[in-house]
Amino acid sequence: MKFNTIFSCRVNVSVVYSPASHREFGHYSPSLSFHLSCTPSRAADMDLQCLIGMKFNDFVLMATDMSQLQRIMVQKSVAGEAGDTTQFAEYIAKNIQLYKMRNGYELSPSAAVHFTRHTLATHLRSREPYTVNLLMGGYDPKTEAAELFYMDFLGASVPVNFYGFGYGGMFTLSITDREYRPDMTEDEAYELMKKCISEVKRRFIVNLPKFRVRLISKDGLKDLPVIVAEGEAA
Amino acid sequence: MKSKSILNYNGGCVVAMKGKNCVAIACDLRFGVQAQTISTDFKRVFELGPQLYIGLPGLATDTQTVLQRLQFRIKMYEMREGRRLKPHTLMAMMQNLLYERRFGPYFVEPVIAGLDPNTKEPYICALDLIGCACEPADFVVSGTCSESLYGMCETTWREDMEPEDLFECISQSLVNAFDRDALSGWGAVVHIILSHLKICYPECGLGGGSSGDPSILNIFHS
Repeated sequence: MKFNTIFSCRVNVSVVYSPASHREFGHYSPSLSFHLSCTPSRAADMDLQCLIGMKFNDFVLMATDMSQLQRIMVQKSVAGEAGDTTQFAEYIAKNIQLYKMRNGYELSPSAAVHFTRHTLATHLRSREPYTVNLLMGGYDPKTEAAELFYMDFLGASVPVNFYGFGYGGMFTLSITDREYRPDMTEDEAYELMKKCISEVKRRFIVNLPKFRVRLISKDGLKDLPVIVAEGEAA
Repeated sequence: MKSKSILNYNGGCVVAMKGKNCVAIACDLRFGVQAQTISTDFKRVFELGPQLYIGLPGLATDTQTVLQRLQFRIKMYEMREGRRLKPHTLMAMMQNLLYERRFGPYFVEPVIAGLDPNTKEPYICALDLIGCACEPADFVVSGTCSESLYGMCETTWREDMEPEDLFECISQSLVNAFDRDALSGWGAVVHIILSHLKICYPECGLGGGSSGDPSILNIFHS
């Protein structure tokens, strides 16, 4: 059982369970949205899942594959670590909300990244480390900048322009290396994401047909149309 | 490739050298996961005081953790003592921090470079991952291409180098060493620490012939 979970940290709206087991938390704030995507690490199938993020001048684009329903059926046996992504992302998301309620102001994306890194790094040397890799994207209205951070299960946090986790990510990195420009428009960025995903579809042996795409900008969080790889029924 | 140690998981290297009334410390900028390069802007040398620097090559998560824990301890020390930290004291602090985790170590091998705040005496030092220190008179190296760095430093280092020569020496040593290492490279940062000012050279090490640009030296004179 594996989840590739997208979490947005939002308050006021109750938890919504989307059909593909994605869980969403309500509005964090209209000005600051913060997006945390996790993929399980370490397990043999950690690399089968795909998580892509790209940062542009004033927005971040993130995509995750939506195949976990199939995987729940196929791989019921590895239940242990699947909980990690859900558990970890909920823990982080709720603590960020708690911080806002306690202090009356919210964590900036970079502060939230530091908090997440600290949590991962302290658990790394515990009996049960969280085995999740994540990309954290956000828009900081104070600095008026989009931010994207790579973070692996060891707790190494590095600001990046783009990255893709898993085998799927390996096929996308060469495309983003060539085509990425920081000044791309939302439409151009979406097209670039489509290119990456169709490459995953073409070259990767595992079938990841559908990708959920999200955009984080100064206006908050927006779901873009699901990308269905070419030649695949929706 | 070398042994599959967790120390070599992310790659990276640091080198420090003594000169005449000055010291230099330099690092590469690659962050990767084994063979895959993820970032080419990951600095692993950090300023801890006006004339005090530390390089933390090794596992990137521990680079960050150790730096944060060290910064906390230094702030506590400087508040309690009401004076600046000496490089030698930093070495002792680092030993304490690392040996505390003797049987579950932080996977970093730190390099310290600085000038004594009172005497302005140059100081360099390297520690292993459990805090065994080594304070040689010439240079120290650490990280994934330490063997190549040893070779380069042995041949290029001379006694009592002026800051300009020291810069050239450390840059050429670092760049030519990491060009032969897949796990480090992708640019470098060189810090020259003088008693009256400090200089940081971001140096381009990309695309093959990556020797230090001599025009950078002009910045030094201005």
